[in-house]
Amino acid sequence: MRTEPITDASGRPIPVARTWHWGRWLAAAVALAVAARLAYLMVGNPNLDWGKVAEYLFHERILSGVWVTIEISVLATVLGLVLGVLVAIMRLAHNPVLSGLATFYIWFFRGTPVLVQLIFWYNLAFLFPELVLKIPFTMIGVKWDTNLVMTGFTSAMLGLGLNLAAYFAETVRAGIQAVDHGQTEAAYALGMTPAKRMRVIVLPQALRIIIPPTGNEFISMLKTTSLVYVVAGHDLMTNASQIYKANNLIMELLIVASLWYMLMTAVATFLQGRLERRFGSEAVRLVRGGGLAARILPKVTA
Amino acid sequence: MNAAGEQIVQASGVRMGYGDVQVLNGVDFTVASGEVSCVIGPSGSGKSTFLRCINGLEPVLGGSLRVLGEEVGHTLRGDRYHPWTPKEFAAFRRNIGMVFQRFNLFAHHSALENVACGPVHVLGTPADRARTLAMEHLDRVGLADHAHKRPHQLSGGQQQRVAIARALAMNPALMLFDEPTSALDPELVDEVLEVMKGLAVEGMTMVVVTHEIAFAREVGDWLTFFADGVVVERGRPRELLANPGHQRTRAFLSSVLDPKEREESR
Repeated sequence: MRTEPITDASGRPIPVARTWHWGRWLAAAVALAVAARLAYLMVGNPNLDWGKVAEYLFHERILSGVWVTIEISVLATVLGLVLGVLVAIMRLAHNPVLSGLATFYIWFFRGTPVLVQLIFWYNLAFLFPELVLKIPFTMIGVKWDTNLVMTGFTSAMLGLGLNLAAYFAETVRAGIQAVDHGQTEAAYALGMTPAKRMRVIVLPQALRIIIPPTGNEFISMLKTTSLVYVVAGHDLMTNASQIYKANNLIMELLIVASLWYMLMTAVATFLQGRLERRFGSEAVRLVRGGGLAARILPKVTA
Repeated sequence: MNAAGEQIVQASGVRMGYGDVQVLNGVDFTVASGEVSCVIGPSGSGKSTFLRCINGLEPVLGGSLRVLGEEVGHTLRGDRYHPWTPKEFAAFRRNIGMVFQRFNLFAHHSALENVACGPVHVLGTPADRARTLAMEHLDRVGLADHAHKRPHQLSGGQQQRVAIARALAMNPALMLFDEPTSALDPELVDEVLEVMKGLAVEGMTMVVVTHEIAFAREVGDWLTFFADGVVVERGRPRELLANPGHQRTRAFLSSVLDPKEREESR
């Protein structure tokens, strides 16, 4: 916006008129009115006990729930990312069986609700009371009681991880396909096998496309874990719901849980921003210098 | 190095195509050890496709293509030719360097890492040793000072020289050049051709698909003219450029040579 006067033909400075942004003032007034009303309804609500919110905010079970939520989110995300890369590579394989399996996997896990998958894993014992891992036609192997293995925690991790893998595989596939085909040809011309070409040449370059969305996936995962309460995974939502089922302070505990989810999301968003700045804009130059990528990539790709 | 005169590439009736489109309609072509064989022809004539068949980047669908003593893509066992596995293709390509029109340097590696990449990941050379050797190869193409730059920080001519160094680092018995100067600004062409001349003088066996007629005349032992997926004619560069035997060759040459060059050809 110009504030300096404009000199006219005769050399006289003439001031510039101020612009009134009527739209902004109007929008601000409406927003303020609505926010004030909502705040009054919430804060002044006789049915909502803010003292209880403060009391439960740092309640032992809530804190342990937060910790479990972080654990499940991290483990499920790691499982999803690793498996997702594997599925993406299978999907792009020339082997029609592998590619077909990957397509089926993606279709199946994207086609069924994650809630259904969670309940399925949790109740696996109905189908298979025992999990057996043994070498065919021998007696060598191990056996577990399904109910002991498929706790709320493991079924949450498995359900969320396998589901994420299906979505993430498509991200990885896009990243791999975005790498110029000339890179593959040069790798082959040097005498690399397809696997080595993928590991040494293509994947490191695909990372700049793959890495930024992982932050999004993780943030989304933090909140998707709240579904875990159906299998009693002792996460934040499970514990909050168990508390309000006992004392009937439903709204208070939902607010407590939401505050924690928002805090976790804020922290994750901050980390995501840093991740994207490192990988997104730096484009292909990601391995330059002594950054995080330079330290990790040689280990991953060596 | 191969014994002089030994056949490095022997193609007879090589055919290749995509679906209904025939790209190569029976190519006959040979290169002996130490020879520089230049290939010219209009775009779409199949010359680049044929070059890519030589190291198995494109499949041969008919005829026979023997390179470095092997039938490309197949091994005879018993009474059958068995298709190569990806591993066998990889092992075969180690001995053949290739330089692309668009350089195709690894974008996430420095010049030095590009050159060291093959030895480290394909031959298993220890990293330190590979870097020392890579430095020597970069020095040879005049780019030792640029060893730590990324491809995007180099000019086209410099990138192509790095690409040549990368291919040489594998100690190839045969070098393939696919229009190595076609993507370059005119003032950068000579620095790449100089490096290639140096290689030719040292006795490297080379197949060069090019539009640089002057280079073909000066450096080439043989000149082959491709059109419509076949070899129209082949001869000593000076003779072929001065006295083309076919109408198609004459038409092509008059379209690519400017009048002064045509004068020189006589």
